[in-house]
Amino acid sequence: MKAPIKWLKDYVNINVSPKEFSDAMTMSGSKVEGIEVQGEEITKVVVGKILSLEKHPDADKLQVCQVDVGNEVIQIVTGAQNINVGDFIPAALVGATLAQGKKISKGKLRGIESSGMMCSIEELGLEKEDYPDAPDDGIYILGKEYPLGLDIKEVLGLNDTTVEFEITSNRPDCLSIIGLAREAAATLKTEFIRPTVSIKEEGDEAQKYASVEIKDPELCPRYAARIVKDVKIETSPKWLRDRLKAAGVRPINNIVDITNYVMLEYGQPMHAFDLRDIEGEKIIVRRALDGEGIKTLDDIDRKLDSSMLVIADEKRAVAVAGVMGAANSEVREDTKNILFESANFNGTSVRLTAKKLGLRTEASGRFEKGLDVQNVVSALDRAVQLVEQLNAGTVCKGIIDCFAKKDEERILKFNTDNINKLLGTQVSTEEMIDIFKSLEIDVDADNFTVKIPSFRKDLEREADLAEEVARFYGYNNIEATLLAGKASSMGKKTYKQKIEDIIKNTMISCGLSEVYTYSFTSPKVLDKIRLPEDSELRKTVVIQNPLGEDFSIMRTTTIPEMLQVISTNYNRRIEEVNLFETSFVYLPKDIKELPVEKPVLTLGMYGKVDFYTLKGVVEELLLKLGITNYSFSPQKDNPTFHPGRTAVININDKYAGIIGEIHPEVTDEFECPERTYLGVIEIEKLIEFSKMEAEYKSLPKFPAVTRDIAMLVKDEIMVKEIEDILLQRGGKILEEIKLFDVYKGKQVPEGMKSVAYSITFRASDKTLTDEDVNKVMAKILNGLKTNIGAELR
Amino acid sequence: MKEQLNGIRVKAQEELSTVGSISELENIRVKFLGKKGELTSVLRGMGALTAEDRPVIGQLANEVRSFIEGKLEEAKKELMKKEIGLKLEKEVIDVTMPGKRKMLGKKHPLSNVIDEINEVFIGMGYEIAEGPEVEKDYYNFEALNMPENHPAKDVQDTFYISENIILRTQTSPVQIRVMENKKPPIKIICPGRVYRSDAVDATHSPIFHQVEGLVVDKGVTMGDLIGTLKVFAKSLFGEKTDIRLRPHHFPFTEPSAEVDVSCWTCGGSGCRVCKGEGWIEILGAGMVHPKVLEKCGIDPSVYSGFAFGLGVERTAMGRFNIDDLRLLYENDVRFLKQF
Repeated sequence: MKAPIKWLKDYVNINVSPKEFSDAMTMSGSKVEGIEVQGEEITKVVVGKILSLEKHPDADKLQVCQVDVGNEVIQIVTGAQNINVGDFIPAALVGATLAQGKKISKGKLRGIESSGMMCSIEELGLEKEDYPDAPDDGIYILGKEYPLGLDIKEVLGLNDTTVEFEITSNRPDCLSIIGLAREAAATLKTEFIRPTVSIKEEGDEAQKYASVEIKDPELCPRYAARIVKDVKIETSPKWLRDRLKAAGVRPINNIVDITNYVMLEYGQPMHAFDLRDIEGEKIIVRRALDGEGIKTLDDIDRKLDSSMLVIADEKRAVAVAGVMGAANSEVREDTKNILFESANFNGTSVRLTAKKLGLRTEASGRFEKGLDVQNVVSALDRAVQLVEQLNAGTVCKGIIDCFAKKDEERILKFNTDNINKLLGTQVSTEEMIDIFKSLEIDVDADNFTVKIPSFRKDLEREADLAEEVARFYGYNNIEATLLAGKASSMGKKTYKQKIEDIIKNTMISCGLSEVYTYSFTSPKVLDKIRLPEDSELRKTVVIQNPLGEDFSIMRTTTIPEMLQVISTNYNRRIEEVNLFETSFVYLPKDIKELPVEKPVLTLGMYGKVDFYTLKGVVEELLLKLGITNYSFSPQKDNPTFHPGRTAVININDKYAGIIGEIHPEVTDEFECPERTYLGVIEIEKLIEFSKMEAEYKSLPKFPAVTRDIAMLVKDEIMVKEIEDILLQRGGKILEEIKLFDVYKGKQVPEGMKSVAYSITFRASDKTLTDEDVNKVMAKILNGLKTNIGAELR
Repeated sequence: MKEQLNGIRVKAQEELSTVGSISELENIRVKFLGKKGELTSVLRGMGALTAEDRPVIGQLANEVRSFIEGKLEEAKKELMKKEIGLKLEKEVIDVTMPGKRKMLGKKHPLSNVIDEINEVFIGMGYEIAEGPEVEKDYYNFEALNMPENHPAKDVQDTFYISENIILRTQTSPVQIRVMENKKPPIKIICPGRVYRSDAVDATHSPIFHQVEGLVVDKGVTMGDLIGTLKVFAKSLFGEKTDIRLRPHHFPFTEPSAEVDVSCWTCGGSGCRVCKGEGWIEILGAGMVHPKVLEKCGIDPSVYSGFAFGLGVERTAMGRFNIDDLRLLYENDVRFLKQF
C-alpha cells in the first residue's frame, strides 16, 4: 500500500521526517518497504530568465541564449523555437540530472559552448496532462515570474513523499489512508483527525431511480448505492490526479478516479454503473447461474458458475461481485446518470471467484481479506461529496442501503495481569487503556471490557489485545529474560540422531562430501535407471500441481539424483568425485494415508576409485557402528548395476543395501563416467543393528603363529567361499586371516587364479606348538581341496 | 724394549690422527693390537727380560695398549659422528612438497548451519523433534489456525498430493504433532525440509529447509522468547550481534514478530549486504496462539508458549556470502569443498 504523506496528513499530524516516520511505523507493525520522494531524480534544475537570444553563427536551427539563473548568467545553446527574451524557464545547470537519469554536462554545439539546458515538461519526468499550460513541443515557459535560481521542484509542486507499506493479511483496515493515519496517530502518540463529510444532495430522491435486493445475505451482507445525475465526464483536477499517481493508480476520468480515490482513502472498493444500462432500475445481488456468461471490463468473455456472486439487473449480470464490472454497464463519455455501488461481500467467496476466473483485481484483493460493513456508507458519502466538490454531477437525496446481515458487536474482557504475564511486562492498566483508546477501541474501564471497532475483525481474544499493548509499548522495550525454572530440561540427541551423526561423520572422514538434492523428480528417471515395468518403485507419491513434469513425483529411489550430481561434475571436467547424501525416499501406502518416508544413505563416486574403494567405505562405516554380522553377496540382476560388479549388503541376514558399478547403459543415459560407483544403504538397518557400547578384551598373553598359504582355485571361486572354509576349519585357535595376494597370469593356468592368505593362530591359554598348528592346517587344506578343489602352490 | 713400546705409542697416535674411515680404523687396531700386531709381537719378547724389568715393561705395555684402545675408541666415535653427518646430508628432502593426505570430505553448508543451530539449542536444553514431509493438511494449516479457505493456503503455494495430503510448507506441523503427544513442559526444535511451489531462481527454491522452535510451559513470556532469540543470535552470528523484533502477523502466534539481527557484515552501520538497513530479517516468532494450544488439548489459561522459525538457506547464504541459492542444490564439488 502506497501512502503519500500529504494525503495522510489530512487525517493525522506528521511532524517528523519521512525517515523517522517510516522507522516508527515499521516498529509498530506497519512495515515500510520503501520511501519514494517525488521528483527525486530531478536535481540542479532552477528557475532561469532568458536575457538574450542570438542565432548560432554556424547552425540555422540553433540559438545561443544568455540565461540568468540567479547567482550567475550562463550560456545555453538550444534548438527550441518557442522561447523569447524575458521568458522564465526551467534551466538545468551543469551537473543536473533529469528524468530517466539523463545527466547535463558542459559541451559545445557546433563550436559554441553550452553550459546547461532548458527543459520541456517531459524532460522533467512530468506529464503534459498535469501542466496544461505546457506546449505540445518545446520548452516549458513558466507562466509567472519566480525568484531566479529557485529549485524548479518547488515551482512545480514536486514535494510529496510516498511511503510504501507492507500490510499483513490480518489488517485490511490498513490498506487505506484512513487506517494508516489511525495507526500513525497511535504510533506517533498524536491525534487522529476523524474524517468528516458533508453533502448538499441537490438532486431529487435516489429511491426514484433504483432499488436493491440481496438474494444471498451470506455472500453479500450489505449493498448501498447512491445516484448521481447529469454527470460531466472529464479529467480530474491536478491535486486528485497527483494523489492517485503518488499512490500508484493511473488517473482515467473524474468518476473512475473518484471510485479509486475513495478505495485508497477508505479502503472500500466502489463501482460506478451507467444507470441507463441497469434494466428494470433494479440491482439484484444473486449467485450466477451455472454457465452464465459475462464480458468483464477487460473485454474478456467469462463463464460463471453458481458458486459466484454477481450484481445483476432484472435481465443480466452487470458485474462479478467484488471482482470486476461488466462492459455492458460501463461509465462512458456520454454517460448521464450513474449509480455508485459500495457494498460488503464475503471475503472467501470473492477470493475463490477471483481464483476460479484467474482475475485478481485491486478490489478482490481487498474484499477477500474481509472488509468493514460499517465503512460501506461512509465511503459512499465520501464519493458523492467528491462529486460535488469536483462539480461532476448532481447528487440525489438519500442512500439506497440494503443491510441484509448485521455484524455482531464484539465485546472483549481484558485482564491487565494476564496480558503482563504473557508479555513478561509490567504495563499499568492506565497505559493499556491509553493504547486501546488511541486505536479507536472503546474501553469500559470499570468492567475491564473493550468494544472492538467493526474495522478490527482481527481482535478476537485477549492475546490479540496483548499484541496491541506490546506493539505500542514497544516489542523491543520488553525485557529479555531466559526461561529460568520454566521448561527446564536436559537437551540431547536421541540414539537415532546420534547414529545419523556418526554416519555423516564417517562418510566425511572417508573423504566423501555431502550433497543435497531435490526430493521430487521426473517419472522418466525411473526408465533411465532401467527400472523394470513391474517394479514396486514405480508406485510413487504423485504431486497434483507440480512445477513441471520434472518435479512431479516424490522419489522412490535416490540413485537418479546422485547420478545427476555426478554427471554435473563430470561435465565440468572434475576428475575425482566422492559424494554422499542422507535423505528420504517416499514409498506410498494407501491413498488416504501418509507414505512411508524411509531414510537412506546414498554414496556415489568416480575417478581413481573402484568397487573396492566403495566397499571399503561401507566396511569402515559398519565397523564404526559396531556391526559385525554382515555380508556382501554378488547381485547379478539389478538392471541399474553392472551384473558382475554389484553386491547386496545383508546385516544379520536382512537386506540392508546395495553397492556396485553402474550399468553402462545407465551411465550413458546420465552422461556419467563409464566407471561410476554407487551405493544405497538403509539407515534404519544401520540404526537397528548398530552396537555402540565397547567392551574391553584383555590383550593376548601368548605368542601367535603365522602361516602363509597360496592356492590355485578356479576363477569363479569367490574369496568369501575360501574364507568361509578357513574360518570354519580354523577352529578356536584361528585368530585372523588376511588376504594378501590374488594373481592371474604367468605361471597360473587359464581359468584359474592364485590366492594367498596369511593365517594367524593363537591360543589364549598356552604357547602353540608346531604340532597344534599343523593339525589345524591339515584340516584347512583338506577342506579347501575337497570343497572347492583348491590346489596348494 | 721401552723405546720400542714408546715408538709404538707414537706411531699408533700418528696413524690414528689421519684415519678416514671405520675400516681403516679396524686395520690400525689389527696392526697394533691384533694377534700378529706390533704390540703383541713386542710383548712376546717379554720372556727375555729380567725379573726386575718385566713388571716395569709389563706396566708400560699395558699403558700403551690402553692408550691405543682409548684413542681407537675416540677415533671411532668421531668417525661415526662424521658418517652419520654425511648420511643425513645425503638424505635431504624437499619439505615444501605436498603432504600425503587422506582427503576428508566436507559437510554440506546447509548441514553446517543446521548442526550449529541444533548445538546451540541442545545447549539450552532443547530436544530435536522430527515429522513427516508429506503431511496431512490439517497439521500444516487447520491446526495452526489456518482454517479452510484461509488465504495463507494460497500465499504459501502448496503442493498437493491429494485433497488433504500435501507437502508441508513449513516445519510448524511438527509442533502440533509434538503437542498432541506430549504434555508440557515442551522444549523442542525441529529442523527439516519444506516445500512451496516457487519457481527456481537465485533466491527461490521449491524445496528448502527450516528450523522451528517451540517452548510450552506454565508462565512462558514474550520476554523469554526475546531472551532466547538473543542468546541464539549471539551464538550463531557472534557475541556482538543484537536483535530487533518488529510486529508482524502469523496465524499461529499472537503476538507475532519478525526478527532482525544486526548485520553480520557491517554490525549495523549499513552496507551492501543489509541494503543499508543495518538489520537483516532472519526469523519469524511469536507467542503460541491460544487457538493452537486449544486444538492440541493444552489449556491456554494454564500454559503459554513461544515458537520461532528460520530459513536455513537464507541463513547459510548470509553466513557464507553465497549469492545464488541454486549453488546449494547443484552440488558442484568445487563449491562443496569450500565449507
